[in-house]
Amino acid sequence: MRAFQHHFAFEFKTAVRNKNLLLLNYLFPVGFYLMMALIMPGINPTFLETLIPAMVIFAILAATMLGLPDPLVSARESGIYRTYKINGIPAASILLIPALTTLLHLGIVTAFIVITASVFFNAPSPTDWGGFSLTFFAASAACIGLAVLIGVISSTTRMTVLWAQLIFVPSMLLGGMMLPYSLLPPFGQIIAKLLPATYAMNTFNALAMGGTADFDAYISAAILISGGLLAFGLAMFLFQWDRNNKTHNRHPALGLLALIPYVIGIFLL
Amino acid sequence: MDNIIEVRDFSKRYGTFVAVDELSFDVREGDIFALLGPNGAGKTSTLEAMEGIRKCDGGSLKIAGFDPVSQSNKLRDVIGVQLQSGGLPEHITPAEAMAFFCAYHMVDVRTDLLDRMGLNEKKGAQFIDLSAGQQRRLALALAIAHNPKILFLDEPTAGLDVASRRELHSLMQELKENGTTIILATHDMAEAEKMSDRVAILLRGKLATIGTPMEITATGAGLTKISVRSRDSKLIKTDAELPGVSKKNVHEEYAVYFSKEIGATIGVILRKIEDEGDELIDLRVERPSLEDRFLEITNEGGMK
Repeated sequence: MRAFQHHFAFEFKTAVRNKNLLLLNYLFPVGFYLMMALIMPGINPTFLETLIPAMVIFAILAATMLGLPDPLVSARESGIYRTYKINGIPAASILLIPALTTLLHLGIVTAFIVITASVFFNAPSPTDWGGFSLTFFAASAACIGLAVLIGVISSTTRMTVLWAQLIFVPSMLLGGMMLPYSLLPPFGQIIAKLLPATYAMNTFNALAMGGTADFDAYISAAILISGGLLAFGLAMFLFQWDRNNKTHNRHPALGLLALIPYVIGIFLL
Repeated sequence: MDNIIEVRDFSKRYGTFVAVDELSFDVREGDIFALLGPNGAGKTSTLEAMEGIRKCDGGSLKIAGFDPVSQSNKLRDVIGVQLQSGGLPEHITPAEAMAFFCAYHMVDVRTDLLDRMGLNEKKGAQFIDLSAGQQRRLALALAIAHNPKILFLDEPTAGLDVASRRELHSLMQELKENGTTIILATHDMAEAEKMSDRVAILLRGKLATIGTPMEITATGAGLTKISVRSRDSKLIKTDAELPGVSKKNVHEEYAVYFSKEIGATIGVILRKIEDEGDELIDLRVERPSLEDRFLEITNEGGMK
């Protein structure tokens, strides 16, 4: 427990000391939120209705997809995991603790967005805080799981950028944050259902904001949670302490299995 | 003394390249044991196998009675490893790192070691802001914080100033006196010769030689350097053959001989000086150093 506390405390502080993580956990999401809150209502007054869920999902995507994989790859490549292995630090801690500290940072940013959006921009607050919390945790779990998996299977930090952008950019365009899911063409809707952001936006709208769901919100939440757990499980399964000294020959392409819940979502919803 | 490390026919391959080929040696408990060899000799593979971070492809290793791979959970409390490169997160502070590693080893936090390593004023600095020497000293403090039975040091004095180097040597000696076995991988031959009880020299994945520094320097060509200066420099001018001398050259005003039969050579030199009516001014005898022997072995093995 003492080891967990020290490890958690250090990882939490790292997100403040590391300028890149500080940017992706706090400055980028908060800056983008403020910009959108100031500009978008003038262009599209209905944007305020989805300001909180959209910006919370954006914060989750930035902190996880853009922020989480790179330090995992860097630590492995610089021999930090070797030191950890020699000193008996388990692989589960190496992956789980950054995931939990990211969740905590996301909680802080989300609280900031929820409070300031209502107070300063008159954005509607969540009507169901239980549903809001459930969706926040489900969406965070899904994205954290995928981000950790990307960090584990990527051979270089460049690869993390490619993988992360493959999820981040379509999520921004098709995930329901800028354009409602219902307005997407049929093919766009299929692609959108491969993205956690789509399910998160749907669940936020239905379970937290008092809106209507495009498809079943509870199944959406279940897909997010199962997607997160599966991705994290695969990350544990594919984890290597050292790229030049492999302890197993499991192919990184097995990471694609993390998409199974989302593929099921295409057929189920 | 009992053997605390037993390496038997250890082999390590990377694809078709054989990095270590049926290597066998023992390390006695409480010894400082130096592992030497040119780059690519298999030192790192051997060290990493002993540390449990690399599997062996043949043979067996017993470290304090444990198999390093299958019993790594037991091994971690009996070994300490100072890695050559930092191996710590960039943004961790020495104080945090000490608390973090001590917690995982379930021992009390050893802030005294940070003081001993001269890191007291840097306790709150981030790892990335420490100098190379400070990073190495921190790595060493972390490696010994849980009082390991066996300490692995990989180039421990690289990048250290003279004072820090002396402090490290004194610490190594103190650890040895307390019963810690130290495995030292270094390119610094003087350090290996001064600190080690036994030395193994690896060459192309095989054991080239093993023994005490004295035993190793006494074997091989074993040429002792004898430098002689006389008033009239008559020795420099004569080409007379001396017993045991295989090479002669002149350095400044000294006739320099490389001899395998030191007593006979010196005897003849002194007689010759007397016979020639010359007068001895200076005579220096230098036994071959570990570095000389190392270079001899690596040259014999076709290494440059």
